[in-house]
Amino acid sequence: MTRRRKLVIGGLVIAGALAYMIYAGVTQSAVYFVTPSELRGAAVPGKAYRLGGMVVPGSLKWEPRSLDLSFTLSDGTATVPVRHKGTPPDLFGEGRGAVLEGNWTADGYFKASLIMAKHSEEYKAPHDTNQAGYRELFKTLRGEGR
Amino acid sequence: MTADLGYGMTLVALGLALYGGIAAGAGARSGRTALIESAQHAAIGVFVLVTSCFALLTYAFLTFDFSVRYVATNTNLGTPFYYRITAVWGALEGSIILWAWMLTLYTIILIVRHRVGARELYPWALATMLGILAFFLLVMTVAAPPFQRQMPVPADGRGLNPLLEDTGMITHPVALYLGFTGFSVPFAFAMAALITGRIGDTWLVLTRRWTIVAWYFLSLGLLIGGWWSYHVLGWGGYWAWDPVENAAFMPWLTGTAFLHSVMIQERRRMLRLWNISLVILTFGLTLFGTFLTRSGVIASVHAFTQGSIGILFLSFLALVLLTALGLVAWRWEALRSEGELDSIVSRESAFLLNNVFLVAAAFTVFFGTVFPLLSEAVRGVKVSVGAPFFNQVNVPLFLSLVFLMGVGPLIAWRRASLESLKRNFLWPVALGIVAAAAAFALGVRSLLAALTFATTVFVAVTIAVDFTRATRARLRVGESLLPAMGGLLLRHNRRYGGFVVHLGILIIALGVMGSHAWSVQTETTLHRGESAELAGYRFRFDGLTAVEESNHFKVIGAFTVSNGRVLGVLRPAKKFYPQEQAPIAYVDYRLGLREDLYLVLGDFARDGSQATIKLQVNRLVSWIWIGGLVLTLGALLAILPERHRTA
Repeated sequence: MTRRRKLVIGGLVIAGALAYMIYAGVTQSAVYFVTPSELRGAAVPGKAYRLGGMVVPGSLKWEPRSLDLSFTLSDGTATVPVRHKGTPPDLFGEGRGAVLEGNWTADGYFKASLIMAKHSEEYKAPHDTNQAGYRELFKTLRGEGR
Repeated sequence: MTADLGYGMTLVALGLALYGGIAAGAGARSGRTALIESAQHAAIGVFVLVTSCFALLTYAFLTFDFSVRYVATNTNLGTPFYYRITAVWGALEGSIILWAWMLTLYTIILIVRHRVGARELYPWALATMLGILAFFLLVMTVAAPPFQRQMPVPADGRGLNPLLEDTGMITHPVALYLGFTGFSVPFAFAMAALITGRIGDTWLVLTRRWTIVAWYFLSLGLLIGGWWSYHVLGWGGYWAWDPVENAAFMPWLTGTAFLHSVMIQERRRMLRLWNISLVILTFGLTLFGTFLTRSGVIASVHAFTQGSIGILFLSFLALVLLTALGLVAWRWEALRSEGELDSIVSRESAFLLNNVFLVAAAFTVFFGTVFPLLSEAVRGVKVSVGAPFFNQVNVPLFLSLVFLMGVGPLIAWRRASLESLKRNFLWPVALGIVAAAAAFALGVRSLLAALTFATTVFVAVTIAVDFTRATRARLRVGESLLPAMGGLLLRHNRRYGGFVVHLGILIIALGVMGSHAWSVQTETTLHRGESAELAGYRFRFDGLTAVEESNHFKVIGAFTVSNGRVLGVLRPAKKFYPQEQAPIAYVDYRLGLREDLYLVLGDFARDGSQATIKLQVNRLVSWIWIGGLVLTLGALLAILPERHRTA
C-alpha cells in the first residue's frame, strides 16, 4: 500500500467514525419542538419533546412544601396539562410564554423536567403599577427582617 | 446634537476606510509608496474618528445624555457609575462600536510593527484590515447605529439589562472581542500572501505572535464568560452549549488547530493549503458567530430577516469566503506542500491528528448549533439537540486531544523508532495506568473519570520528563538549578509557554470531569429556623430582609451553613428591577478547592416565613478557574519575544 493510500484510508476511517458519532448523537438527543395542538395530535408516551405555549391564567398551582408545580399550557386551540417538580423560574407566570422540556406520560399529562420562561423583549416603561406592589412587599419584609 | 456629531464622524470614518483600503491596494499594485502612505494617513484618521465616537458615546452614558437613543435604552439615572461605562458595550450597537475600535487599534499596531519589515505583504494586509473596518463602519451607519436621536428626550432611561451589572461584564466582552478582532490580522496577512503569491513562510512568521495574542484574548473571554455564567446566571453551571457560547468556541477550536499546524509548516514545509484554510475558516467563524448571536436567527430562521444586520453579516461572510476561496484556487499550484509525511508514528502525524480532531470538534459544535435552523428550513419541523449531543460527541474528541497533547511534543519528527518511543513514553504510560488503578482503588467507578485521570497524569508526566531532561542538559554545562529552569522558560518561551498552556488544560479537564461526575444538588422549601442537608452540610434558613439599592430592590435570604461547625452565612437574593418583568436571582456561594457551596433563592413567602431554595455542592469547579489562570499565564509566556530561535 502506498503511503498516500494509507493516509486516505486513515482519513476516511476518522471521518466515518465522526459521522457515526454525530448521527448517533442526533438520533439519541434530538428533541422535537411542538405546540400543544401538535402534541395532542400525535403524542408518543415516553418520547422527549420541547413544548412551547402560554400558561393559561388561573391554571397555575404551586405547592412550595412539596415543590409540586402544575399548570395548563395553551396555544389558543389546544391545551395540555403540565406537572413539574421544582421552583418556577423567575420569568415564569400566568399569561406568559414558556418552553418546556419533558415527555408525555401515559397518564395524560406532560411531565416537564425543565421550564424555560420566555423573556419578552418589548419596552416596558419604568415606574408602572408593579412598583406599588413591590413597595408593599418590601414594607412587610422590612418589618420581619433579622 | 451628540447623536448627529457621532453619526457624522462614523460617516467620515467609513469614507476614509474605503478610500484607505482602495489606496493601499492601488499602491501595492503600482508600487507607488505615496498611495500607501496616503492609506496609512487614512487609517490613522479612522482610528482617531472611531476613538472619538467611542469616547463620545461613553461621555453620553456618563452624563445621562438621553437624547441618544442607545443611551436611553441601556441606562437610567440609577445605573451606578462604573456600570454606565460597561453599558456602552452592553447591547448590539455599542458592541459593534467596541469591535470597530479594536480593529482600528490592531490596524495601528500593524502599521507600526510591519510598515518597514514586510514591504510586499504589508500594503495588502493594510488594505484587507481597512476593508474589514469599512464593513463594521457600514454596520454602524445603517444596521445598528449607536448614534440615533431620541425624540422627545425622555426624563429617564430604560436601564441596563440587570444580568450585565457584574464585574465580569467589564472584561468579558473586551477580552472576547480582542480575540475575535485579533484573528483578522493573520487573516489579512494570509490574504496578502495569496494576492502577492508569496505564500512561503513569511506571512506565518509575521503573524505567529498575532495569532497567540488573539488566542490568548479569546481564551480569556471564554473563561470569564464561564465564570460569569457560573456566578451570575444561577443555574449552577459554567457551560451550557448555548449558541452564544458555541459562537465563540468554534473560532477558538480552529484557532487552536492553526497554532499547532503552523509548527508543521515552519519545520517541515507541509500543510500550506491547510494553514491558509484554517486562517480563513477561523476568521469566517468570528463573523459567523456575530451573525449567529446578533441576527436573531437562533430564535427562528424567519426572525433574521426582520433586521438588516443578519443580511449584512451573511453577505459580508459570503463575500469574504468567496474572495478567499477564489484566491486559494488561483494559487492552488503554489500551495501544494513540499514536505511529505514519512511515517504515521511521528510528530507530524500527531499534530495532524490534533488538527483533525480540533476541526472535527469545531464541526460538531457548528452542526449542533445550526441543526435546529437547518431542520426548520429544510423540513419545516423544529428539532433541537441539546447538551447531551455536544457532550456525547465531543468528550471522546477532547479526551483524544488531551492524549495527543502528551504525545505530540515528545515524539520524534519524521519517524519515531521503537527505542525512542520507549525512552520517551515508558514512564508516562506506566504512571497513567497507575493513576487509573489508584482512582479505582479509591472508589472511582466511572470509566470516563478513570480515563480522564489516566490521560491527564500521562500528559503531566510527559511534560515533567521533557522539562527535567532539558534542565539536566543545562546542569551538565555547568548552570545551577534555578537559573537553568528560568532560562529554559524564557529562552524557549514559545515551547514552554505551550507546555504551561497544556498544564492549564489538564487542570481544566480535571475540573470539568469532577464537576460532571460528583456534583450534587437538591431543591427544597424551608420555614424559618428549618435546615436542609446536602453532602454533609446543613443550611439553616434564618430569615429574609429587604434592601433598596440605587436602581433596584433586593430581597435577601440568610442561611447559616455548617458541617459540624458553623462555616458562615450565605445570602442569596432576588433583585427586583422596576423596568424588568420578573425578579433576577442573585446567587451566593462559598468557593473551595474541593467543592463549592452554591445557593439560589427561588420562591419565598411574602411575610418572610418561608423560602424555597436550590442548593448545590459543586465539586472541583474551582480548578477550572485555576487551570484557566495557568493557561492564560502560559499564553502570555509564549507571547513574549523569543530571545533565541528554537532549532
